[in-house]
Amino acid sequence: MSGIPHDHYEPKTGIEKWLHARLPIVGMVYDTIMIPTPKNLNWMWIWGIVLAFCLALQIATGIVLAMHYTPHVSLAFASVEHIMRDVNGGHMLRYIHANGASLFFVAVYLHIFRGLYYGSYKAPREVTWIIGMLIYLAMMGTAFMGYVLPWGQMSFWGATVITGLFGAIPLIGESIQTWLLGGPAVDNYTLNRFFSLHYLLPFVIAALVAVHIWAFHHTGNNNPTGVEVRRGSKAEAEKDTLPFWPYFVIKDFFALAVVLVAFFAIVGFMPNFLGHPDNYIEANPLATPAHIVPEWYFLPFYAILRAFTSEVWAVQFVSFITFGIVNAKFFGVLAMFGSIIAMALAPWLDTSSVRSGKYRPMFKWWFALLAIDFVVLMWVGAQPTTFPYDWISLIGATYWFAYFFVILPLLGVIEKPLAQPATIEDDFNAHYGKGGTDGAAAQSTPAE
Amino acid sequence: MIKKLTLSAATALALSAGSALASEGGHVHDVAFSFEGPFGKFDQNQLQRGLKVFTEVCSACHGLKFVPLRTLSDEGGPALPEEQMRAYASQWEVFDPELDDYRPAIPTDKFPENTGVGAPDLSLMAKARAGFHGPYGTGLSQLFNGIGGPEYIASILTGYEEPPACAPEDFDGYYNTAFAPGGYPDSCKIYDEHGVEIGRMAPGSWIGMAPPLSGEDVEFDDGHSNELHHEAVDVASFLMWTAEPKMMARQRAGFIGALFLVLLSVLLYLTNKKIWTPVKKKAKSS
Repeated sequence: MSGIPHDHYEPKTGIEKWLHARLPIVGMVYDTIMIPTPKNLNWMWIWGIVLAFCLALQIATGIVLAMHYTPHVSLAFASVEHIMRDVNGGHMLRYIHANGASLFFVAVYLHIFRGLYYGSYKAPREVTWIIGMLIYLAMMGTAFMGYVLPWGQMSFWGATVITGLFGAIPLIGESIQTWLLGGPAVDNYTLNRFFSLHYLLPFVIAALVAVHIWAFHHTGNNNPTGVEVRRGSKAEAEKDTLPFWPYFVIKDFFALAVVLVAFFAIVGFMPNFLGHPDNYIEANPLATPAHIVPEWYFLPFYAILRAFTSEVWAVQFVSFITFGIVNAKFFGVLAMFGSIIAMALAPWLDTSSVRSGKYRPMFKWWFALLAIDFVVLMWVGAQPTTFPYDWISLIGATYWFAYFFVILPLLGVIEKPLAQPATIEDDFNAHYGKGGTDGAAAQSTPAE
Repeated sequence: MIKKLTLSAATALALSAGSALASEGGHVHDVAFSFEGPFGKFDQNQLQRGLKVFTEVCSACHGLKFVPLRTLSDEGGPALPEEQMRAYASQWEVFDPELDDYRPAIPTDKFPENTGVGAPDLSLMAKARAGFHGPYGTGLSQLFNGIGGPEYIASILTGYEEPPACAPEDFDGYYNTAFAPGGYPDSCKIYDEHGVEIGRMAPGSWIGMAPPLSGEDVEFDDGHSNELHHEAVDVASFLMWTAEPKMMARQRAGFIGALFLVLLSVLLYLTNKKIWTPVKKKAKSS
């Protein structure tokens, strides 16, 4: 599949020609900015820009915060207070950075579920999808290590619990845990390496983002119909697309500004709402908090981790056939990582020939259930592990796997898809030809 | 580790099991503080009164090790005049490692740490405790009024009561209706037929701290009432300031930021509409 035909950059002046012959960087930027984009993209296609903004925001605020932060167990907590009290604008920087992580995850979850609904993961965009999943994993690692840096009670005990998960791996687990921590328990060496990696990973993410964008600029964007842009000629392609600048840049910036209104209201008026009060208590290895809860964005997967206890027959069965190597603890860890791998495998598990969920009458309902399941898991991840929460998380976790490994493969076989529009142009004209007036009001936002 | 998690989660449930039956372990009541909500402001007089309560009562056992003394003069805080702040600072003795000796504090010093009896530092206490989860346990109050630390502090200070009849006379500590994580006598717990605890007869638990305030502990310079309730609310307010001294600046920044972004949104909306109108018109005519 080749790119969508469009006009390329033509150097005009002498200096432009000189540079272009040596380094076609202006041409690259031009092609990126002017990329033909399906004109029927709806408001769920704005999260990419929000995510790019989040990455830039986190790096910019993080670099300044790192200038004032001290990664040492006896100084870290106090250095954060120094930022909050003595550094000019430090309280804003820190609250923007802390809540910026939440905005980042809100955006990434909506972005991922957009992809799951409209089949953005399907051929030929599997590589874009896989790179996206890698970005998501790197984000989780970065966020987790960032949460350890203030060295509060939740930082310390969260680090202890999460690195303990790796200890559940048979044989090599303890060595891995020691290697991650830099020693036998969470201590200064852990804080130092987490700080170092927390600074490094965002740049890895930035590189992955570049590849992510490169990949989907090569295949072209997906769109709400899932119908490909016609590529026979430039004229044909232009009927289905509009250049990214200005049509989608302005649209995305408008959406970004609206999202940021809410973000700034949270930073300004309730910056600690999404945090945990225990993290304002300095880390104390001798006092375990009553309730160790991860940040909200980890809760769905934390719920899956906790769902599989030794009382579940599947766990007992696996434990039996593996001679106890896969015990309940290891099973939980496998389930947690498996739930993300399941998402990454979606391109090969989904057997339907139709890309967009819009034209899949049965899929729609199963997908809605998956979105609800995600929210339920997030809620139950913060609850105790007693009845009825243990059952809710078990059912929720089971559905997560069932969706990817059973429902997606089966639906492609049994479902009768609806008729799809022949072209994007038809879809666009049908939408606006019927008297739809303005984009903001008329375009629906499914998959939210 | 999972077992530990399960255990700690179980403990947490045990601690909060009362929520359905009695009143979520500790009873924290709502206080209408002046600094709540997006446009709330610290009450300068109240902060000064709270400072007095802290200085004359709390500081006997508690420190404020993260709070620089100079910030007492900061705009938006207690705003003591420069002279008064210097005089106040010099009341404190701090250890100077260069002199290897104690000396009177100067404005750039912080309030001294106080670990004498193992009492927690109060600098961040108002952010380190979640308080009032209401109304009706929805947490909506936290959305608008903050996480509720000051309510929690005020409730603890006014929460001392005669221990319930079910408790043994010599039970360790002082009965406090707002304090959840303390000791609790088995004789006050309610069990089901399997011996599992299903509730508690009285809210709160037993706290190590003796009642620090009883009313009329300090004389306020502004003649404000020094009843227990007023002292508790004043010092809670002061501790919110020590925990979040930049709150008013933050709220202002948030408000201005949001306002400008609303403006930007409107402009971008109109721009977006303008560039898309011809495209959509064309679609309509086709």
